[in-house]
Amino acid sequence: MKFVDEFREPELVRRTAEEIRRLVDPHRHYRLMEVCGGHTHAIYRFGLKDLLPANIELIHGPGCPVCVLPMGRIDDGLALAQDPNVIFAAFGDMMRVPGANGSPLEHKARGMDVRIVYSPSDALKLAKLNPDRHVVFFAIGFETTAPSTALTMMRAKADGLRNFSVFCNHVTIIPAIRAILDSPDMRLDAFIGPGHVSTVIGCRPYEWIVKNEHKPIVVSGFEPLDMLQSIVMLLHQLRNGEAKVENQYKRVVPWEGNHAALRAMAEVFQLRPYFEWRGLGFISQSALRVRDTYADWDAEQRFEVPGVRVTDPKAAQCGEVLKGVLKPHQCKLFGRECTPEHPIGALMVSSEGSCAAYYNYEHRKAAMVNILSPTA
Amino acid sequence: MADDHGLGGSSGECHMCLAIPGKIIEISADNPDTAIVDVVSVRRKVDLGLLQDDRPQPGDWVLIHVGFAMSKISEQDAQDQMQTLRILGEAEAAMQEVQGYGLPDRGEVN
Repeated sequence: MKFVDEFREPELVRRTAEEIRRLVDPHRHYRLMEVCGGHTHAIYRFGLKDLLPANIELIHGPGCPVCVLPMGRIDDGLALAQDPNVIFAAFGDMMRVPGANGSPLEHKARGMDVRIVYSPSDALKLAKLNPDRHVVFFAIGFETTAPSTALTMMRAKADGLRNFSVFCNHVTIIPAIRAILDSPDMRLDAFIGPGHVSTVIGCRPYEWIVKNEHKPIVVSGFEPLDMLQSIVMLLHQLRNGEAKVENQYKRVVPWEGNHAALRAMAEVFQLRPYFEWRGLGFISQSALRVRDTYADWDAEQRFEVPGVRVTDPKAAQCGEVLKGVLKPHQCKLFGRECTPEHPIGALMVSSEGSCAAYYNYEHRKAAMVNILSPTA
Repeated sequence: MADDHGLGGSSGECHMCLAIPGKIIEISADNPDTAIVDVVSVRRKVDLGLLQDDRPQPGDWVLIHVGFAMSKISEQDAQDQMQTLRILGEAEAAMQEVQGYGLPDRGEVN
């Protein structure tokens, strides 16, 4: 109950939910994909589905960087850290993600020098403070995070710091959306576009979705009201047979994005010809590698990376859940072998992963419905 | 938040989608890309390098992501964003992240 009281503008939330009910065609089934893992988390956290008519289905998209990373890349990163001279630095999100031989945290328990950093610049500082060691920063994230890694590498180069390198796992959101639209078992009506990725890339990169695929997309904020308003905007478009890019999150997302951030990315990174995504397979031009001009700060160019490929545990159906073909609870392992305390797949590790979100928040829905239904 | 289920703060996770609002207090005299930012009374160094096309001034509000200011926002939007983090149950994780910025000089953070 307390948690619902903290909603901003609950009355407006309720009215917007009512507007959604008025706008839907009862004979139509709507499949809307929220691309960003932050939205997935918020949807479960707020029990948003319960404010929506039953014929609006929210499909969870690929926008959780930890979840889409194939297990082999974690093992590759940890293989670099076998060298006792190496300090392995990564965001806290990565620490419990299972590799074939355990997570970074478990490797730390076995004596590997694994450090949590909250910013790539702190990984750089770690290198400055430990001049006789080599710091490998495990870089991960979409375009929200990639510019910060890029700028950090530019600073390392400018400072001539040689004991720092980046194991780059940055991915780009547009090719993933394209791959999902190309997937034959996936039929979608519209997209709730990612919020913070769009602060960097802006809204223009989504224009091909509306032009070539004729699917509406609304870039959205993360509050219940933001997401409900975005759904209203999508329903208006669908009702009018339109497909446009719209920006509900104008207070944060500029239409043109952040040019300085895009320049930093272009200076340091180039597109990989292809990259493997968990659940989605190999997607062409979907990830970033370090340019040769920054080879000295690229862990993949400085060290032998084994290039491990690990198939996911057979019984786990992470791929199907990632593509939105299965709901989290439809996986055979969900809530039994695979829980947030003992995750088998990455979707159960990250709080932005749909399995962890579903596991942690689904039970709230009764309370939500009571508070927000008009007759309550 | 009491009903955090071990997500966020207590488990030491940070969130790669987390955008934390902060107020620019002071820009370093010898490095215009470094600023002291106040996030709910916690002050930390933040990198302004990604806002070099539209440099914020002391008193401006920014959204911070992994230690870098990503965009300028209004004071009202900053307050709304902090409230969003609270209702998302991520305020504690956000504060932990901010407190984590800037290694102590010994480099022993963990």
